[in-house]
Amino acid sequence: MLSMMKTVFAVISLVLLGGCAGLGVQPWERDLLAKEEMALTNAIDSSLDDHIYFSKEASSGGKSFGGGGCGCN
Amino acid sequence: MQLEDNGANKVNVKAALSLATCALLGSDSADAQEPLGQSLASPTPWSFDTAVLLYTEADRVSALEAMISANKEFDDEHFLTLKLTIDTLTGASASGAVEQPQVQTFTRPSGNGQYQIAAGTTPLDDTFHDTRVQLNGQWTQPIGKDLAASIGAHLSKEFDYLSLGLNVNVSYDFNLKNTTASAGFSHFKDTFSPIGEIPKPFASMLIGNSDDPTWDNEFADTRLIDEDDKSTTDILLGLTQVINRRMITQFNYSYSMVDGYLTDPFKVLSVLNNQGISQDFVYESRPSERTKHSLFAQSKYHFESTILDVSYRYMWDDWQIKSHTVDTRWRFNLQGSHYIEPHIRFYDQSAAEFYQPFLLHGKTQPAFASADYRIGEMNAYTLGVKYGLGLNNDEKLAFRLEYYSQQPKNSGFEQPVSLADFDLYEGVDAVILQVSYSF
Repeated sequence: MLSMMKTVFAVISLVLLGGCAGLGVQPWERDLLAKEEMALTNAIDSSLDDHIYFSKEASSGGKSFGGGGCGCN
Repeated sequence: MQLEDNGANKVNVKAALSLATCALLGSDSADAQEPLGQSLASPTPWSFDTAVLLYTEADRVSALEAMISANKEFDDEHFLTLKLTIDTLTGASASGAVEQPQVQTFTRPSGNGQYQIAAGTTPLDDTFHDTRVQLNGQWTQPIGKDLAASIGAHLSKEFDYLSLGLNVNVSYDFNLKNTTASAGFSHFKDTFSPIGEIPKPFASMLIGNSDDPTWDNEFADTRLIDEDDKSTTDILLGLTQVINRRMITQFNYSYSMVDGYLTDPFKVLSVLNNQGISQDFVYESRPSERTKHSLFAQSKYHFESTILDVSYRYMWDDWQIKSHTVDTRWRFNLQGSHYIEPHIRFYDQSAAEFYQPFLLHGKTQPAFASADYRIGEMNAYTLGVKYGLGLNNDEKLAFRLEYYSQQPKNSGFEQPVSLADFDLYEGVDAVILQVSYSF
């Protein structure tokens, strides 16, 4: 299961890299992407959420650094 | 109470914060003295993001967290972010011991005094009161055509915990800036000096009269050292791709190596006899290394008046924990600058190979064991909603209300008959309330 997921991810990444030239927009087509709400991360909400889930679950990071940072209980 | 001049007051708060931030940096604060934090020499003013979050579990932990982040663009695409976070934690946390048909007595982690847990109740240790202060600084700038670098520092201090960290990230834009590849590295060094010192692995919890003259020596025999540390090294590789005018995606792989004291000094395991009755409590012990990997994918799509944000993370480690996380936000733009954003998150994890809910008396002691439900089999979900609106002068206000529920599971352990009616895998429910204000 794990090796299959790794393979699938590698294939998707390669296809994306290979197809990058065909994807995307011209600079004047960035009206929607340039909006603040289209940013991939809301720094404040993410930082607060990461602290909660880091303290309560066995996983952390992925989107950004998992890090250490607290002796949370 | 003065109700007029609200706008002027807000400007003054921003100017004062700008001045204070400049003073901390030792930089020229001429721009901060301008009424709107602007001057010709520095056209981009400081901006501030603030938030207060209240996290409350039913009958367990409560945390209050306040955060302020100061952001500034100095020259073209030279960014500085400084962040201060303060939080306080109170309440009770599951000790790892199992509930019993009789009253149980435990010694506090400090060794000073005992507490009792009623029959048929999950043992919670209510000793936890802590205040944490965290400082973060991050500087980002271009280092060549299509190349940018970012460097950051982290400091977090609690009464019994110190964490220091550094991070570096480099990103490269190509394909008309539609594709960004990035590589990051971070290193944390944490030192844990718990009150009552660090217990010996599998030492029995001393139960008795803590006023007895021999108590201190006997308690010291269960302790190993006064402090220990761990280091965390993370590598993060990322690829961000614009798909079309409405869609952007991100893929990350991260590798994390944690080395050092990874045990929780406050957690214990119950040692049960064949009937399931507790004979002893022993301090837990975890391996001193953990290697984690994760794959993360996120996609955001802008419909006509809504934005859908979906992400998935798969994490696996050499403790045999595997987890899946799906996080979805859907923003609906309302009239004016108002919006509402429902949020759903699902989380599922398998148990660490050394997790066990209790030990059995007379059986061979394992090399490592922990009854901490947070590394046991579990699933969790979060349901939430955020409501936000824009105010005057680019100010933004948002409210977030979320419900978080954890359901620990039995990953195949036989439950002793006398404990058949007890819930050894009790769920945890929490409410999260957040107010954010940016100006």
